[in-house]
Amino acid sequence: MPDGAEPVLDVRGLKTVFRTREGNVHAVNSVSFHLRPGELLGVVGESGSGKSVTMMSLIGLLPSPPAEVQAGQVLLDGRDILQVSSTQLQSIRGARIGFIFQDPMTSLNPVFTVGSQIMEPLRKHMGLTKAQAQVRAAELLDLVGIPDAKKRLSGYPHQFSGGMRQRVMIAIALACDPRVLIADEPTTALDVTIQAQILELVRELRQKLGMAIIWITHDLGVIAGIADRVMVMYAGQVVEQAPVKELFTRPQHPYTRALLKTIPHLAGPRSDRLQVIEGQPPIMMAAPAACAFAPRCAHAFDRCLRENPQRRPVGQGHDVACHWEAGAAHA
Amino acid sequence: MLTFTLRRLLLAIPTLLFISLVIFLLVDLAPGSPMSEIPLTVPPEVRQKMIEAMGADQPVLVRYVLWLRQFFWVEPATLIDGWFGTSLAGGEQRILSWQTRSPVFTMIGQRIPQTITVVGTAYLLGVMIALPIGIYSAYRQYSLFDQAGTLFAMIGFSVPTFFTGTLLIIVFSVWLGWFPTKYDTTLSVTDWNSFVQQIRQMALPVLTLALANAAAISRYMRSSMLDNMGQDYVRTARAKGMSERTVVLKHVLRNSLIPVVTVIALGIPAIFGGAIITENLFGVNGIGAALILAIHANDLPTVQTLAFIFAVLIVVFNLIADILYGLLDPRIRYD
Repeated sequence: MPDGAEPVLDVRGLKTVFRTREGNVHAVNSVSFHLRPGELLGVVGESGSGKSVTMMSLIGLLPSPPAEVQAGQVLLDGRDILQVSSTQLQSIRGARIGFIFQDPMTSLNPVFTVGSQIMEPLRKHMGLTKAQAQVRAAELLDLVGIPDAKKRLSGYPHQFSGGMRQRVMIAIALACDPRVLIADEPTTALDVTIQAQILELVRELRQKLGMAIIWITHDLGVIAGIADRVMVMYAGQVVEQAPVKELFTRPQHPYTRALLKTIPHLAGPRSDRLQVIEGQPPIMMAAPAACAFAPRCAHAFDRCLRENPQRRPVGQGHDVACHWEAGAAHA
Repeated sequence: MLTFTLRRLLLAIPTLLFISLVIFLLVDLAPGSPMSEIPLTVPPEVRQKMIEAMGADQPVLVRYVLWLRQFFWVEPATLIDGWFGTSLAGGEQRILSWQTRSPVFTMIGQRIPQTITVVGTAYLLGVMIALPIGIYSAYRQYSLFDQAGTLFAMIGFSVPTFFTGTLLIIVFSVWLGWFPTKYDTTLSVTDWNSFVQQIRQMALPVLTLALANAAAISRYMRSSMLDNMGQDYVRTARAKGMSERTVVLKHVLRNSLIPVVTVIALGIPAIFGGAIITENLFGVNGIGAALILAIHANDLPTVQTLAFIFAVLIVVFNLIADILYGLLDPRIRYD
């Protein structure tokens, strides 16, 4: 991947708050990251760490109210899409940013044919006629590896298996040749063999079409297999970010280390229990004033409770938001 | 779908036969005599003759079988004779009302048009009011509009028609004088003026019933929309860049309509049953009013026939609702 290229997506200081009766939940806290053309960025973290909410905030997919994007910039090819009108945003969604969701069983509308659901964005964003859209939709189904594509266009979602439905979702997301594809745990709901097929498909399509991909998952094994770069999130913040090899060999943040330890190993002596990180990720009722991970962190010291750590570089393209430094003495 | 429909129609036959027997026996249990409306000065032997002439002295099962034959053979045959000038019925005895000694179906034929114009229009209007209210209430849940819609539904649900009807009469007929208080069934629409007059006399009973109908259906529509609004496929539609209009009025509405259409279809037989209270209140000479009269006069054949017709309609519209369900939801296939 070209390292110096202009990012297609540049997110700066994104803040999202949910207004609830019990108070404001700070779901995304000053998240910054960028995505270069053709790059695959993995986003990992526990459930509730703000991965999905961050990505949905980018393109206004969160219901508002209660969600509210309070600050930040989202530059798509240099243009801030948080500032554009809702109609302009609609012409970006589905056209320049594609989305794949977690549960293919419920993500397709049950009462419309698969064909009409693929054709919808084609007709709206690319202005194709019905006949043209039909041809393109069949090509797309073929592209995502659904046999007998032309015939299956008139099928309904319930006539497709889970893996096939996820392929249809991918076809919809790719319909208008997006610059960026956001995949929100696209393989979590699928069984392992289907998961492998979908991963293989995405790897292939990425080579063919060359779009940048953001891949949200809590499966580190998947990330190790396909990502160029990884971003670790905790409590709505980016706590560590590094090229994939670097992250797996030299994790810096105690949370990343703990996450890596939770992967069960097939080789070597078998341990009696699965490794876990004790405790729950916090629900942020206020903007973070201290390190959000401190209560669960083995290395926490008094500074962690006073000051929220900022991201600092620790290597080539590698930064971490932590006060603790391996090997250093902390008072 | 065709085999399903045929199978259901065949199954409906034993169902309806059983229902007719139950209706017949239950109505027969009611106390009273067909002579209750006859003056006491008529001597007992004459009364006895009258009862015999009507066949009211026969055992209940004999009357039941006779009635079945009349309902399923003589009446349809008479109807066909009336249309094509044939003589299938061959002058056989039709179902006669004990009260008026005239055929029950003639009375129904006279009264059904009134009921359908008033109650049917009210139902249609109710649906047309209810659907937009339900859709918009759900789209803007807890907004001022939604609160107002909820209040409207509460009122429609809880205030009986004899109250809203009377209130409307007081306000619009007595105080404002816009509409007549009574429905004139002798009015026939021949020109523009009589048409306007017909609309004016229909306004109050239709409004009374429409409010009650709209209240229930708008709640169904709202909750069905809310159920679907949070579904994943709605998020997918938004992620595809569809406009809010397309998202709500195509993706959400199509799914939400499935249960609501069923409810609407199941409500249609009630139209034919008339709206007893409203018809009485406004003097609409409909089926509801006829049923009440027949019950008061202990006119068993009329009550039995009307009750059975409602049963048939309910069975038929249940089937229609099922078929509609299958047409609207591709996941449901009956074959």
